[in-house]
Amino acid sequence: MFADYSMGELTAIFAMQGFAGLILFSVFVLMALGLAIIFGQMGVINMAHGEFMILGAYVTYLVSNVFSDYLPFLFSIYFFVAMALAFVVTGALGMFVEWAMIRHLYKRPLDTLLATWGLSLILQQIYRSVFGAREVGVTIPEWMMGSLPLTDMIEVPINGMFVMVLAVGISIAIYVLMFRSTWGKQVRAINQNRIMAGAVGINTEWTDRLTFGIGCGVAGVAGSAFTMIGSTGPTAGQLYIVDTFLVVVFGGAGSLLGTIASAFSISQAQSILEFFLSGSMAKVLTLLTVVGILMLRPQGLFALKLRK
Amino acid sequence: MTKSNGNSPKSTVSRRAVLAGGAALSASLFLPKNLRAQDYPTAAVNTTGLAVTDDTVTVGILHSVTGTMAISETGSVQAEKLAIEQINAQGGVLGRKIEFIQEDGASDWPTFAEKAKKLLVNDKVASVMGCWTSASRKAVLPVFEQYNGMLYYPTFYEGLEQSPNVIYTGQEATQQIIAGIDWVTKEKGAKSFYLLGSDYIWPRTSNKIARKHIEKLGLKVVGEEYYPLGHTQFNSVINKIKLKKPDVIYAIVVGGSNVAFYKQLKAAGIDMTKEKPVLLTISVTEDEIRGIGGENIEGAYACMKYFQSLENPNNADFVAAFKEMWGDDMVIGDVTQAAYLGPWLWKAAVEKAGSFDVDKVREASPDIELPTAPEGYVKVHPNHHLWSKTRVGKAMADGQYEVVFETADLVEPDPFPEGYQ
Repeated sequence: MFADYSMGELTAIFAMQGFAGLILFSVFVLMALGLAIIFGQMGVINMAHGEFMILGAYVTYLVSNVFSDYLPFLFSIYFFVAMALAFVVTGALGMFVEWAMIRHLYKRPLDTLLATWGLSLILQQIYRSVFGAREVGVTIPEWMMGSLPLTDMIEVPINGMFVMVLAVGISIAIYVLMFRSTWGKQVRAINQNRIMAGAVGINTEWTDRLTFGIGCGVAGVAGSAFTMIGSTGPTAGQLYIVDTFLVVVFGGAGSLLGTIASAFSISQAQSILEFFLSGSMAKVLTLLTVVGILMLRPQGLFALKLRK
Repeated sequence: MTKSNGNSPKSTVSRRAVLAGGAALSASLFLPKNLRAQDYPTAAVNTTGLAVTDDTVTVGILHSVTGTMAISETGSVQAEKLAIEQINAQGGVLGRKIEFIQEDGASDWPTFAEKAKKLLVNDKVASVMGCWTSASRKAVLPVFEQYNGMLYYPTFYEGLEQSPNVIYTGQEATQQIIAGIDWVTKEKGAKSFYLLGSDYIWPRTSNKIARKHIEKLGLKVVGEEYYPLGHTQFNSVINKIKLKKPDVIYAIVVGGSNVAFYKQLKAAGIDMTKEKPVLLTISVTEDEIRGIGGENIEGAYACMKYFQSLENPNNADFVAAFKEMWGDDMVIGDVTQAAYLGPWLWKAAVEKAGSFDVDKVREASPDIELPTAPEGYVKVHPNHHLWSKTRVGKAMADGQYEVVFETADLVEPDPFPEGYQ
């Protein structure tokens, strides 16, 4: 396969391929962080995660339209406004959903699967009624498209860099929130023992609502960022849900570090396999490996040590 | 679901649209024949118990308006309703107004079969306009053959099928593919091709035909790859394309994957407005470009039979009427136009047969001509596909195609191509 190429070409291709793997890794991290909070910390199987992401994408679409109509001179930076708004809007919807639906189901975690699946169908149909069945095109500022030529051969996509920076930033923010803030302590306390946490004076209801809201908000930011690389339509969220659960479950529910490690290994495996095999075969082999490892280690890569 | 008289919809907007559209069309193209219902007594034109009365005839519309395929099928529903309203404005079929019953296939193939049965058995519709994916067509096929219905199917598809109960108004694979490859070889001097597609029957069959034809011309296929439906990460394959440096990227990616593919192609620095590589696709119509964004696909070439920008009087009237009825921001893709042909071809066959009976309509269908088609003149082949011209369009930043090539003659449909299987 490589006999016909010069050394320089090969180095360039491997560099770019390594970069492609890192972009995929960032995409997986962004998809999975919100769910890692909701599923990992709260035990809610949120099947509507993809729809929350698409809500973020639609917010981006609306903001881009507003900017191009009313503030064209600020168009090049609208994306940051859109991401902040996406966080607020999806977070607010998340808190509302927690209040209206999820809080009644904490004692029956399996039922959250069906309830949120229903929610995802409702959201999809709402998007279809409001924005139309067709995909909408989100115009991305010119500076975020195109690539950065490092050498003659190596070109780095700018939107990929953007997604990477965003993934790192959000991971750090969540780490700080989770392990350095009072809220994080409360979330972890509730996760370990809900009744005791309530007994020592933690407002479990409010903490739950905030946690669900933040998880959904992060999904919204991810959805907003993905308008650069993917499609925005009523059912586009479905494209992400399988990969998202795969990453979270493989990493070990409840462990943020596990989520990141799992995103890294799955993305690298897939990216390398895709290069040497075809796309469908790469997916099959990746999934087979994940299933194999989960059979040997059902708790996932990293699991919290809990006294049973 | 919804039953309405095609000529009197709820909104006044669309009524105005119909009158305007109908008037424009009838003035220039569709000269009304003014067939009167009393010349065709119901007992004589309907011997098999179809839903035909002295002044109405009922047809079915069967598409997904919910679920993942709604994105594609909406345009077909709109085009079929437009055609029905225009036909009614001219006096209907054999003097009878067309009424339609619309059912939702909900992007679910068993649902399509169930709804098809409902339309044929309970509603006794005289014909059905519908389906989009091959999977949905395969699901309804046994129903149409068992209950002897007539289906007008609008999508370009992989061929390898010819049912007495289906009229295929889109192109089959060889019509779409061969002319495009010949063009890119001759005009762009292409020598090597990279074939890429979503992983299901249509892209795989189409690429098989493309590969056979490329090899027949003595040229080279340097790569062939398929990605699962809904795949959103194309960086690896883009790197492989960069490594192999093909003259032509031949892409049959569909659905949401399309958007991801073209955005990432542009982000990776592959500039399609330059001479090489040429990107040739058979799966991106104006409808898809709305999601992709014109600036992301500018310079790519598409090969199909219809583009909204076609310059002929039929098409000018069609585009105006479509926008009048459904809104100015609408775009019209290849399949939408093919869906629009369905009701007109059915009307022509019924009037040629002088009967609504499905058997007589089928017998009358071969050699039906439609000089008023927006794509230009089309004719039904005895194999139930259409003779049509194939065209190549170049994608522009505004989301439209500029037509750069069209075949001199109509291309004969050949659903079972010898030497390509």
